[in-house]
Amino acid sequence: MRPYVGRAGGLISALRAVQAEIGYLPSETEGAAATAFNLTRAEVKGVISFYADFVRKPKGETVIRLCAAEACQAQGSRMLEKEVCRRLAIEPGKTSASGDLTLEHVFCLGLCSAGPAAMIDGVLMAKASPEKIVSGFEATKELKK
Amino acid sequence: MSDAEEILVPLDSLAVALGADEIASAFFDADFNVVRTGSRGMHWLEPLVEVEKEGSRIGFGPIDPDDVAPLIDAIKSGDFAAHPKHLGAIEAMDWMKAQRRLIFARCGVIDPLSLADYENAGGLLALKKAAMMTPDALCAEVMQSGLRGRGGAGFPAGIKWKTVAGADADQKYVVCNADEGDSGTFADRMIMEGDPFLLIEGMAIAGLAVGATRGFIYLRSEYPIAERVLSEAIRLAYNEDVLGFDVLGSGKRFDLELFIGAGAYICGEETSLLNSLEGKRGEVRAKPPLPALEGLFGKPTLVHNVLSLCAVPAIIVDGGKAYAAIGVGKSSGTMPFQLSGDVRHSGLYEAPFGLTLRDLVEKIGGGTRSGKNIRAIQIGGPLGAYLPPSKFDTAIDYEAMIAIGAGVGHGGVVVYNEEVDLLEQARYAFEFCAEESCGKCTPCRIGAVRGVEVIDRIKHGEDHAKNMGVLADLCELMIDGSLCAMGGMTPIPVQSALNHFPEDFAFPSKKRTFGAGAEKTP
Repeated sequence: MRPYVGRAGGLISALRAVQAEIGYLPSETEGAAATAFNLTRAEVKGVISFYADFVRKPKGETVIRLCAAEACQAQGSRMLEKEVCRRLAIEPGKTSASGDLTLEHVFCLGLCSAGPAAMIDGVLMAKASPEKIVSGFEATKELKK
Repeated sequence: MSDAEEILVPLDSLAVALGADEIASAFFDADFNVVRTGSRGMHWLEPLVEVEKEGSRIGFGPIDPDDVAPLIDAIKSGDFAAHPKHLGAIEAMDWMKAQRRLIFARCGVIDPLSLADYENAGGLLALKKAAMMTPDALCAEVMQSGLRGRGGAGFPAGIKWKTVAGADADQKYVVCNADEGDSGTFADRMIMEGDPFLLIEGMAIAGLAVGATRGFIYLRSEYPIAERVLSEAIRLAYNEDVLGFDVLGSGKRFDLELFIGAGAYICGEETSLLNSLEGKRGEVRAKPPLPALEGLFGKPTLVHNVLSLCAVPAIIVDGGKAYAAIGVGKSSGTMPFQLSGDVRHSGLYEAPFGLTLRDLVEKIGGGTRSGKNIRAIQIGGPLGAYLPPSKFDTAIDYEAMIAIGAGVGHGGVVVYNEEVDLLEQARYAFEFCAEESCGKCTPCRIGAVRGVEVIDRIKHGEDHAKNMGVLADLCELMIDGSLCAMGGMTPIPVQSALNHFPEDFAFPSKKRTFGAGAEKTP
């Protein structure tokens, strides 16, 4: 936390750093951040709950993000999501029982001109199809073994 | 190897998402000199590979990994036209020729992380000139240019600059709003990835003009490649004294920091962005006080969108008067239009204000990719209007768009074919608002949730006439009662859908067939 204290937006940058390191923000983070930034625990919790990037529970080993915004809708993202959910037996916003996958919505990845867009563990995918997403997921899982 | 000097492969997110990194590696492995550039904006041709030969750039695209080996053969033999993906000289292509690129002049042309390339292509001229000018003279040029904020509100930039310049304070700030959350827009991302020094130069000039010694770029977290390019560009700019305590030897200071957001659409609203930059929840602030007088940490702050700041160097080099001569009426200069959705030629097209929607969608965009008919376009992002083809002869400028109940916004145009159900799009507008509302004011926080519920009732024919009335009332209330544009403009897509596509809100609707509990939404 210390390198971020006294910097503009320091709390948010510190929380980002913690999450990048361990994948989520365990409840101990709140107390530690409150002490470091001289805030109340409620204020820190308020910031964590406000931003979509921050999570308080670990995500699945692989995270698939599907764009749900208009430009991708105009290129079939609604159907794509249904099909991906069916093939991977998962629901949007949920983590699989085995913990190998989290599927999330995202509003715009800036790839609107070649939609639908997706992101698998931070890797961007344009013109996404159910086949591309499923094979991308399998390949990512394989790499982690 | 033949006399081909360089192979240019975009590092732009969109090209990378279509496999540009693999293509670049393949050329690198074959011992070519590979340069990563921004994208030219012809996104239907990405990954677009260019070969530099005798001062000309020959394009090939879209390139799949399988195309690389034959392309290498074509390059070695010198017979470029033999390759099936051969496009000819990039600059001679219709899409490129017809544009007027003031902001995107260098994007896709130079190595975005070479300050020398940037300077050779006309970069830093404006900052050198600005360093010799008085703050008053700089503000006067921007005022005269007629530049209006490109983030969506279209507020005259010159007035903002004068207000911040005239404010008396021990510290002032320039903040760049790079929280480009509108679906259908990607111009900010492209310029930050393809020509980051342009933004840095624009911000440094703004700093000199308004007397701000510190600047921040607030970048959304969904843009990891832009983050990498910008951080490196800022570091290089410090090395060469473009940034720091002595900007280009002027004796004036300008420090610049990159800040990454944490996933909140509302942070594209300027006061919410400032709260976020202070490390707080991104809730909007009531205005007044204006950020120009009490902004970041309560100090006078110039907040501008990426494109507004990127327009500044051309204004300083050629003069405000020359810039004002481009465009139409009170919409001066160029706008990088962004075409997406079901459109054949998707991408970025920079042109002076004044072309019509039909020019953009049919002539430039080439109609739908699917071959189906166009039913609607949405201009200006999630808070923008849905328009039918009968409105396509409207010129795109700030006033003409307002006159038909729409807005230019950030220049994004999404094309929908005949399968679109405008009731579903209206529902989505509320759904998005409910998801992204900061929660500070009631009309937005509660109204958006109620909007989804009312539309669901209309969809299922429950008290249809009565609920249509409730929907109209709700829109009016959100427009009048919301604190910022999020709640205040969410009714725009809804009302435009209602006005132009009333048949989709009828019950039963042809768009949806009900029966045996099965509901089909195309």
